[in-house]
Amino acid sequence: MALVATPRALFDKVWDAHVVVHREDGQSLLWIDRHFLHEGSFHAFDKLKGRGAEVSRPDLTFGIEDHYVPTRVRDLAKIDPAIRDMIERLRGNASRHHLKLFGLDDPGQGIVHVVGPEQGLTLPGLTIVCGDSHTATHGAFGAIAFGIGASEVAHVLMTQTLWQKRPKRMRISVDGELAPGIVAKDIALSIIAAIGADGAAGHAMEYAGSSVRGLTMEGRLTLCNLSIEAGGRCGMVAPDETTISYLKGRPFAPQGADFDRAAEDWLKLASDADAIFDKEVSLDGSQIAPIVTWGTSPEDALPITMAVPDPDKAGDPGRAAHIRDAIDYMGLKPGQKLTDIRVDRIFIGSCTNSRIEDIRAAAAVLAGRKAQVPGLVSPGSAQVKRQAEEEGLDRIFIEAGLEWVDSGCSMCVGMNGDLVAPGERCASTTNRNFRGRQGPGSRTHLMSPAMAAAAAVTGHLTDMRPLLKGRN
Amino acid sequence: MEAFTKLSGIACPLPLSSVDTDQLIPARFMKRSRAEGYGGYLLHDLRFDEAGAPRPDFPLNALERQGAQVIVARRNFGSGSSREAAVYALVDYGIRCVIAPSFGDIFASNSVNNGLLPAKVAEADGESLIAALEEGARDMLVDLEACRIVVGNLSVPFTVDPVWRTKLLNGWDDIDLTMSQSDAIKAFVAADAKSRPWAMPRRGE
Repeated sequence: MALVATPRALFDKVWDAHVVVHREDGQSLLWIDRHFLHEGSFHAFDKLKGRGAEVSRPDLTFGIEDHYVPTRVRDLAKIDPAIRDMIERLRGNASRHHLKLFGLDDPGQGIVHVVGPEQGLTLPGLTIVCGDSHTATHGAFGAIAFGIGASEVAHVLMTQTLWQKRPKRMRISVDGELAPGIVAKDIALSIIAAIGADGAAGHAMEYAGSSVRGLTMEGRLTLCNLSIEAGGRCGMVAPDETTISYLKGRPFAPQGADFDRAAEDWLKLASDADAIFDKEVSLDGSQIAPIVTWGTSPEDALPITMAVPDPDKAGDPGRAAHIRDAIDYMGLKPGQKLTDIRVDRIFIGSCTNSRIEDIRAAAAVLAGRKAQVPGLVSPGSAQVKRQAEEEGLDRIFIEAGLEWVDSGCSMCVGMNGDLVAPGERCASTTNRNFRGRQGPGSRTHLMSPAMAAAAAVTGHLTDMRPLLKGRN
Repeated sequence: MEAFTKLSGIACPLPLSSVDTDQLIPARFMKRSRAEGYGGYLLHDLRFDEAGAPRPDFPLNALERQGAQVIVARRNFGSGSSREAAVYALVDYGIRCVIAPSFGDIFASNSVNNGLLPAKVAEADGESLIAALEEGARDMLVDLEACRIVVGNLSVPFTVDPVWRTKLLNGWDDIDLTMSQSDAIKAFVAADAKSRPWAMPRRGE
């Protein structure tokens, strides 16, 4: 009897290749190809210590200093001892267990989700985990990548596997030509606004369609990065020629004939034409405008040409309560034009938007202009920083009056002390506008790097398109 | 891990949607080790004002909700960051069950790994539970064997992933379970090296 292959989605092909054991109750023990760690991993290492256990596969485990690292001074002797302690704990654990660590003095240091792809550690067809929800970023290469908690980090450290239940599959198709200046951040925020911050809960997301295919690897990384803000377990884009040419020559990626063999396998990972998804959503890419958030959840996103919503006009009571609460926290009024919202500072950086393309987009708006408000620009990695400086982009930021600092998670989560003051409003290229995310009482508006640069130039939320006229 | 079968305790309404893990425990408290206890930091910036005094209008601060073991919230509870410290804060405070119409995926699995039940209810049932508590009800029964929640005369069903339910009912730990699969893991690794030779990281210079 001939076997008829069931059509499979990209997610299923990668998942199936990693199942060590499948249990009748629906749980699978999955093999994990890459495990990234940062300073927050100390809880998991404490669990290992409690069991007297060793790291099972140090060769597949990589430490990166990013969450707590200072961005203005790199000398640990000069920083808050509590923060220094966090970095030293990671160093101690990495050295005790013989793990490769991208520390502050490593030319490859940076934000874990920028470093993985940059170093060629992130490859198509892999399973990748990290104790950080934005691990979804790595799915841009066609990997299954997701964030895990400390108990799971300890489990992966000890066994290099993880028990998981196969999530449902959801496909988001974005078709059509994007208007000039529209970037992945605008696509992602449009999707979240459309389906809600829990719209993809329990699902693995695949991004498809001509608008997605047209994105660079950097754009795809931004898109997959924000999957978690839609509630998705992970986000993926099928590998194609863009993926392959990005990976060629990366330090940890296969080389020569090995690379060619790999590339052949990777291109076969794309979803079969007749693959079935549990949920399908489509968006018209040509209708997407520059997006900003006004509230305290990433789903509180609107085109910059719109106004703050009115809770009295919201359909259901839960939503009305959320809007009322959010605009109260954010210090806004219903019906206020988004472009009338003044900002106190800007931040360009984070695992969402700190890659060279993001830095270039912000610089294109800022070149020859002065920022009306203070701001911090933190490139995603030491390598992005070097490249930006070679291109002279650092001078554009400095001449505009912004701070050009070293790489780390910085003001996205504020663990290292880069904070937005209570009551202050920040135009930010980050991923979360939660209450207090950038510091107690801080107010965050999410947007693309060019939009954050435009807010710097005018001192309020601004449509960047007129500011880009005649430039490129 | 402590097993969870039936819980009978004080419930507190938290009629907010998208209570994210940054709110459950703000990042600045995460430098502490677990041994120091995270309960004092649960929902810190909502529970306390800038001067550190309890906000009188915050539900968990109400006199009749002291010692609460259950929280009933609106949709998208525990969204955001993967920080397991958010669960530590709930558990160390004394919470054993959170009831909501939807949960952040990572938060829910972190919960189960710490013996905390994330009980999913229909949106309308969630609203009824919140209303009953706001009208003065205090005690709640959460029955994991029957997957039901009872407050006074109100009884509603909840769902939880069946595997998680079994894990909670038995207080199972994954690591022991996985260690018993070490032969299967070895066999997988050997076969995988042949089918995906490119999956190993090349040791970069």
